[in-house]
Parts: sequence; C-alpha cells; structure tokens
Amino acid sequence: MATERTRKRRTATAALTGLLALAVLLSIALGAEPLTPGQVWHGLWHASGSEGDVIVRSLRLPRTVTALVAGVALGAAGALMQGHTRNPIADPVVLGISAGAGMGVVASLFLIGVSSLYGYVWFGFLGAALAGTLVYAVGALTRGGATPVTLALAGAAAHALFTAVTAGMVLFDRQALETYRFWTVGSVAGQPLELTAKALPFVLAGLVLAALNTPGLNALSLGEDVARMLGVRIGPTRAVGMAAVTLLTGTAVAMCGPIGFVGLVGTHVARYFSGPDYRWIVAQAALIGAALMLLADTLGRLVARPGELQVGIMLALIGAPVFIQLVRRREAVRI
Amino acid sequence: MTTDVRTGRRKAVVPGRTPLRAGPVSAVWRPRTLLIPLLTLAVLLLGVLVNCGRGDIDIPVGDVARALLGMGDETNRSVVTELRLPRSVTGALVGAALGLAGAVVQGLARNPLASPDVLGITAGSGVGAVTVIVFGGAYGGVGGSLGDIGIPAAAMAGGLVAALLVYLLAVRRGLTGFRVLLVGVGVNAILTSVLSWLLLKADIVDAGRALLWLNGSLNGASWDTAQPVLWVLVVLLPVALLLSFPFGALVFDEDTARGLGVRMTATRVALLFTAVLLTAAATASAGPVAFVALACPQLAVRLLRTGTPPLLASALVGAAVTVWADVLGRTAFGAVELPVGILTAALGAPYLLYLLIRSGRARTS
Repeated sequence: MATERTRKRRTATAALTGLLALAVLLSIALGAEPLTPGQVWHGLWHASGSEGDVIVRSLRLPRTVTALVAGVALGAAGALMQGHTRNPIADPVVLGISAGAGMGVVASLFLIGVSSLYGYVWFGFLGAALAGTLVYAVGALTRGGATPVTLALAGAAAHALFTAVTAGMVLFDRQALETYRFWTVGSVAGQPLELTAKALPFVLAGLVLAALNTPGLNALSLGEDVARMLGVRIGPTRAVGMAAVTLLTGTAVAMCGPIGFVGLVGTHVARYFSGPDYRWIVAQAALIGAALMLLADTLGRLVARPGELQVGIMLALIGAPVFIQLVRRREAVRI
Repeated sequence: MTTDVRTGRRKAVVPGRTPLRAGPVSAVWRPRTLLIPLLTLAVLLLGVLVNCGRGDIDIPVGDVARALLGMGDETNRSVVTELRLPRSVTGALVGAALGLAGAVVQGLARNPLASPDVLGITAGSGVGAVTVIVFGGAYGGVGGSLGDIGIPAAAMAGGLVAALLVYLLAVRRGLTGFRVLLVGVGVNAILTSVLSWLLLKADIVDAGRALLWLNGSLNGASWDTAQPVLWVLVVLLPVALLLSFPFGALVFDEDTARGLGVRMTATRVALLFTAVLLTAAATASAGPVAFVALACPQLAVRLLRTGTPPLLASALVGAAVTVWADVLGRTAFGAVELPVGILTAALGAPYLLYLLIRSGRARTS
C-alpha cells in the first residue's frame, strides 16, 4: 500500500508531467509569427511547404525538442549537484561548471578545429569535469567543509577564470567572436534536429547514471559516516554522481550554451513537492527543468516580437531573483 | 595598539615599538609601513619603464628612463611620452583606483572576499558603459562628448545602481554578513546576462569593441582616458583616508564600534559611495579589470602585516600589479596582445580560490 506521502509524490509527478506536456504544446503553438491552431496541427503532420508548415517543422519543433532535452539534463544535474554538495545554491552555472564546459567546447572549435558535435562534446565533458573537480577540491580543502558561501565564491572564481580564457581565445578572430557571442548567451534556436538526436545518447546515459546514483545519494544526505555505516561506498557513489553531472551539463552546454538557474529553481520546486527523497527530487527536477526551459523560451519569443530574448537571458532574469530570495530568506543553511 | 588617551596622564605604549606622536594623534613606528610602499613604488616604476619599452620598436629600459627624464634621442622621447606613456599611466591609475576601492570595501565589510567585482558593482558599471557603446556609437567608435562624458557617466550610474541593489537586498544586520556576498553573486548573474544580451544587439564591430572593453583593455589608452581616473583619485583618495579612520573600531563587532562613537550608517554609506565612484571611474577608462580590487588589498595586508587593508599600500600594489599584468599580456603570448583584464582574471581567480581555502572561516549567514 502506498503511504500518504508516496501518493502525494505521485500526484505531484503526474501534475508536473502534465505541466511539461502543456509547455511543449505552448512552445510549438506560440511564437513570433502568430499561427492558428489549425495551421500548427497541419504543420505537425504534413510537410506541404506552406509558410506555417515550414515555421512549425523547421523552427518550432527543433527548438522545442532541444529545450526539452537540455532542460531535462540541466534539471537532473542541478538536483544531483545540490545533493552531493549538500548545498542549496548548487547549479551548473553558479558553480562555474558550465563555464568550464564552454571553455572546452570553444577551445576545440577554435584552437583544434573540431566541428562535429561528437568531436567537441568530449572537450565539453573535459572542461566540465575540470571545473567540477576544481570547485569540489576547494570545498574539500576548506576547513569546515563547503559552505554555500565557499562554493558560490569558488564557483564565481572558476567562472571568471574560464570565461577569461574563453574570451582570450575568441577575441581576435572575428568569425569566432560572431559565433561565440550568440553561443554564450544560451539559446535553443537554430539547432537542427539531427544535432539534438546526436546529443540524446549522452543525456540518456547521464540520466541512467543519475537514477543509479539516487539511493546512494539519499544515504549520503544523512552524512558520510552514517552512509558508510549503511553500507554505501562513498568514493564510487561520489564518482558516479560526478560523472552524471559532467555528462548532463557538458552535453547541455555543448548543445545550447551556458544556461543557468534551471537546476537551481527546478530542484527547489521539486524539494517542495517531494521532501528529502532524491529518487523523487531528481526525477521531478528533470521534469520541472524541461518545463521551465520551454516556458522561458516561449516567453522570450513573445516579449520581444519580432525578435526574441534568448532563453539563457530569460532564465537569468527569472532564476537570479529566486537565487537572491533563497539566500536572503533561508540564510543559506546547509541541506 | 595605537592609542591616544587625552585625559589620562600616562600615554599608551606598545612594548618594543617606538611611538610617534604629534598632538592628539599617535602611531607606532613600523619599518614595514614605509619600506613596503617604497618597494612597491619601485616595482611600479620598473613596470612602467618596461611597458613603455614595448611596442613596434623595442626600446631598452635605460633609453626609456632617459627619454622620460627628457634626455636622449628625440624620436625615443616623443614615442615614449606621447604614444606609450599614456597606456602605462592609465594602467597604474586604474589599478590604484581599483586597489583603493577594494581596500575600502574589504575594510568596511571586514571580509577579505568582498570586493566591487564580487558584489556586482563592476558588472553594473559594465552594463552602463556597454549600453552607451552599443546604442550611442557608430561603427565601433563613440566620439565627441558622448564618448568623453557619456561612457564614464553611464558606468558610474550603472555601478551605483548595482551597489544600491545589493545594499538594499542584503543589508539587514549590517554589511558584515556573508549574505551580502551571495546576493552579489546573484546580482552579478543578472547583470552579466544583460551584458551578453547587449553584445548580441550590437553590430559586430561594436561587439568586438565592447568585448575587448569588457575584458579590461588598455589598448585605446590615451591621456584623455587617464584624466578622469586621475581626477577621481586626487579627490577621493584623501576622502577615503579621512573616512576610513574608524576602520580600527570596525575590527570589533558593530555594537562595539557604535559604542566607541563611530556613526555606522553615515560612515558606511559615504565609504561605499567612494568605492563605487572609484570603481566606476576605473571601469570607464579601461573596462572591468577583474580581481585587482579583490586581490591587491589582500596582498597589501600580507605584505604590511596589518589587520585591515591599508589604503595607500593597496592602491600602490594595485597600480603595480595592473602595469605588470599589462606587460605580461603584451609579451607572454608572442604576437597576440591579450587585454590586461584577461591576465588579471587568470591570475586573480586562483588567488581567490587560495584565499577561500585559507580563510576557512566562511560562515553561513
């Protein structure tokens, strides 16, 4: 028999899945060019070459899929990071991991000349792993462990470092600069479906690792000593978590640039629904992350018609105030 | 312990130290307080000489020195004083302003990690200036009065708005809590995304210029860019020195400081305003040169072995570090000249990480 709590969690997950489905529909239906529901429906099933069909099939559908995949990845990564650092402010961008992945991608694009996703995604992983290790090491070396302040500042330092190196690489190459300035904002537009399909295996692998990691994470959130007593092997559990975060963040950044605050906001909303159980938090954070990405992207298309506000900017404008409010109200206690 | 007890007969002494007394003011003679700044000054001057020697035609350090003193080759003299000196002087002034601003903020917040960059003030100045560059310029050049007055004024306004925002959001029981740093990180994130949006709106020429500027560059430095920082420094350095007199009392907690007669709110607001103006002036002429304001006061503290960041020494260290970072950026990578801000970020970020590990006392609220 399911307990009261499990029933609540199931209801919440179902509601969130519904929200995600709604977000997908909105993302396909709304945009700079107003289309009637009939046109959208027609475009989804027939490629007749009319303007509406082209908009739906070659613009809105690809970006919806990209936002969905990236949002799931970032949401799950954020939840894992918050669990492993036991820190309410952990997020790929806040901890500088996105900047590290960005540096890897830019270095492989402009220094080595890699141009396929299968080529540069590995450099993205490398950069993400490097940044993650750096920030984690600072947290581990600090007396008293990684408090939110230490982590946030270490993340800010790592972010500044990697961004400076990235800027140094693109500054004197006009072609590179042109690509970089669009990429660095974080956007899901203009990404062909094939590229997202190529990125999908990495995200799926990351999600599998994340799912495998959650029971261990639950034990770890009781403290390392208790976890060890419960039979959890600390080292491997941390390593699997790190690998999942690296895969998910690295792929998301390689796909659509450094997008922040998806994981941060997603995890906190998920925690509100599921309490402390990471099996539910990670799953729900992935759902919320995807819904958030889609809604932010759709909103960004609507507020600045006929142009658009990129999803990265929209999320910073939505997410950073949430972050500030979190820091103000909860006094940034450790989880 | 520098004490002046006006009412008591006995004068306080620090054992083993020679006291210096002048009327109501007294201090303790420490050789370091004089030696280290002089040494820093020497390092700064050497950096300026080396930097002036760099260029299309390399001039040896000795010839640069002679040219600066008005002797030697006519061509060398005009090249050094008219073309190359402005770059070094701007760098030194910008570094000094940032070092001073950092020392003021760190002394005020009693926190080695507080600085205009962490608190988002620099990013605010950046948003202000880039707005003018992107919307006011034509093909990468903002000319005339708009360039001369518009960019500094916009940088100043942006920095003030950012500082006000952080202050209002964070100050509940004083600036000292670590909350202010986290709020700064959040405000920084918003401003950075606004910046990248502005870069997107821009024409590619403007974007190149703005990105170069955003990374803190001395490439376009001339006597005109040096002047605003110079005036701001000339006015605000004495102001900062006078206002920071209560720093000694701020070492204790806030209640004690208030008990000792420090007017906390007025002093804090005035000092913060000073720091914002210094940062904005520096940012307006060279762009946000990262981490100078954070690292240099800490270097000065360690060199002088004082409790709070020493203002003058911080300014000197800031100047020396900025000029040498510029030298490094121009020489270390062959034909590529990296903007000074990239160098200071690459050097300063590891230093911040080191400070974080060292301080370890980062509390949670």
